Amino acid sequence: MRTSKCDIVIVGVGGQGVILISEIIGRAALKAGIHVRAAETHGMAQRGGSVINHTRLGCIYGPMVPEGGADILLALEPAEALRYGRYLSRGGVALVNTKPVIPTTVTAGQFRYPEIEEILAPLRGIGRVLPMNATEIAERAGSSQAANIVMLGALSRFMPIEEALVLEALMDSVPRRYIDVNLKAFELGKAEVSG
Amino acid sequence: MREYLLGNVAIARGILEAGAGLAAGYPGTPSSEIIDTLSGIASGYDIHVEWSVNEKAALEVAIGGSWAGTRSVATMKHVGLNVAADPFMTLAYLGVDAGLVIVSADDPYCHSSQNEQDTRRYAQFASVPCLDPADPQEAKDMTVYAFGLSERFSVPVLLRPTTRVSHARSDVELGEIPEGRRRGRGFRKDPARRVSLPVNARRLHRELIDKQRDIERELESAPWNRLLLKGDVGVIASGIAGLYAEEALANLDADLSLLRIGTYPAPSRMIEEVVKHTSRVMVIEELEPVVEELVEIVAKRCNPELEILGKRSGDIPRAGELDLLTVRNAIARMLGMSVTVPEDLPGAESVPPRPPSLCPGCGHRAAYYAMRKAFGKDAIYTNDIGCYTIGISMGTVDTCLCMGASITIGSGIRFGGDERPICCCIGDSTFLHAGMTGLLNAAYNKSRMTVAILDNSTTAMTGHQPHPGTGFTATGEESVRISLEEIAKALGSGHVECVDPYNLEESISAFTRARDFPGLSVVISRAPCRILLRRKGERYIRYRVTDECVGCRQCVEFNCPAIEFDEKAAINQLCTGCGVCAQICPKDAIEVVK
Repeated sequence: MRTSKCDIVIVGVGGQGVILISEIIGRAALKAGIHVRAAETHGMAQRGGSVINHTRLGCIYGPMVPEGGADILLALEPAEALRYGRYLSRGGVALVNTKPVIPTTVTAGQFRYPEIEEILAPLRGIGRVLPMNATEIAERAGSSQAANIVMLGALSRFMPIEEALVLEALMDSVPRRYIDVNLKAFELGKAEVSG
Repeated sequence: MREYLLGNVAIARGILEAGAGLAAGYPGTPSSEIIDTLSGIASGYDIHVEWSVNEKAALEVAIGGSWAGTRSVATMKHVGLNVAADPFMTLAYLGVDAGLVIVSADDPYCHSSQNEQDTRRYAQFASVPCLDPADPQEAKDMTVYAFGLSERFSVPVLLRPTTRVSHARSDVELGEIPEGRRRGRGFRKDPARRVSLPVNARRLHRELIDKQRDIERELESAPWNRLLLKGDVGVIASGIAGLYAEEALANLDADLSLLRIGTYPAPSRMIEEVVKHTSRVMVIEELEPVVEELVEIVAKRCNPELEILGKRSGDIPRAGELDLLTVRNAIARMLGMSVTVPEDLPGAESVPPRPPSLCPGCGHRAAYYAMRKAFGKDAIYTNDIGCYTIGISMGTVDTCLCMGASITIGSGIRFGGDERPICCCIGDSTFLHAGMTGLLNAAYNKSRMTVAILDNSTTAMTGHQPHPGTGFTATGEESVRISLEEIAKALGSGHVECVDPYNLEESISAFTRARDFPGLSVVISRAPCRILLRRKGERYIRYRVTDECVGCRQCVEFNCPAIEFDEKAAINQLCTGCGVCAQICPKDAIEVVK
């Protein structure tokens, strides 16, 4: 028996705003009257490290999505999409920001950063992959910092929550002076996966 | 009303709903957001909220609060309870007046900790009841309940959330927050219950033992223990493992008997029912086999034939955290059903690792660089608990054990007969927490070594909490601002100097002088945390690499995430302008972006 309506795994690098996306989804779910469970990364792992957030909609059990169970994998960074690709379920959707954040292990010459196709191809073997340069799209909206909201806009097409509620939750969650940039980022992200 | 809350925020809410008037804690992942939350809203309620200097201080302040008739709480991470173990172990003898709750947040898998100790063992050790919440809702509700339980039996009560409860979010049904007065009637003199002289302690110990049966009787019927008897195969699970088990059974469409446990002492009559009803039972709990041992004892008496699966049988891991897949597969294996093995994607194993690293421009990196220049690679670098432990790749972290141990272990290495230079590194908050006694001990016993206090003027790792060196309290009130220099002198170190780590030359010569000092020397390397400066709106200058770069890689050795290298060096947008790389570059090829 299925025990969650929609399981989402959000990954990225500390500082990219992974937790904010989950917070907005959670608030939107609350407005929709859907039970929601989430688990996030704090503390040591946050310092420039790789970050994973689990968000489960329509779920009353534990906060973590099992490996192979994510209906949606939302990656704010491409290498992180591959690192956590094992969470994606067969036939799931992977939304991937193609703009890399180069780890120090690469800048120091110890490791090689994979080509974008090396990242997307294995994901395509599992589910539907929707790549986009969310960072560049966010710049068009007015700030590269809003890449997470671009991705949220794209994600909104696949979540079982009314878009108006997601937008309400977005406006509740960001400082007033950034609302316009964020709304634009959301719209551009949504448009990216529609056509 | 429902709200979407972080587990720790839900606990803070529970503290308010319970009418508590005093909250004290020391920051530690995953517990910090409880006091963070309360300190932000303390002005709206009759409640004293403090960041204490350490967990022992926090617990003792909370004990005083309880004895003054005010419901009080102390918060800490699991290893913090070790620091507070001295008051904790005797407190249960003396008892409480108003309700006293100790939140000790466990960290299975060591997400941000040095060990995986299980607070439920402490509860057994001290004969103190313990509540083991499965999610933020239970964490809040148990917090409220814990204060009443504490008062009914005059014992402190432990609440033991784990990382996946404290740092989970969920929709939480809220209760009412009472208005008005929260502080109690004041301290009532009662030496027979407040003074742990042997004559009292002997009697109080017996009383504590006698209470246990009554405590267990009440907890047996508490809503946190749920029994559903079905088939003759069963699962007994505690805390969050109970949620995993319940979901796993739903996933597998398996009709098993299920006992979910949320309290300690564990409900032994319910356990007896399961043991008598089943022929095979799996015990699922994170970390120590606390319930499993009890099941074994009960089975010996009531059903010696019972097959018990768990940690001893190797079906449930004792180390690390559990999750749905692990639990589901364990139950599936018990039932002879197929298990799910997740596969890694091709290429996933070669994804470059992203270990936690010191932030670009962090003063710790600059201090480590200078320290290593002065002390050399053969010197011994004892280290401590904080952001600076992340600098392990700089070659200046040889040991890390617990809060404050850098200085005392350094002393021991010297007295153990090692004559190499020793440089102990400790952060400002950690120094004030548990380093001062070590420094005093080193001075008194004539340790010949250097102590570097890496002062970023905050408790950075856990979320930038204030401490006595910042001059502000948890609630943002101005207070005494103690001087690390004066403390170091007062504790007996013969040579104390303070240096700006971003001035590389001065920093290296300060560490060299400290190294050559024939006694105990202290270098305070002071540079406020860059994250904090950015939040305060500080604008950074940036550096860039010019065509003069010859690709010698000396700047790469500095290990800054802002420096990239591909035949020649380049500085990316992460640069916060500390300027140390420009001082390292032998070709003057790094300059300020105009």
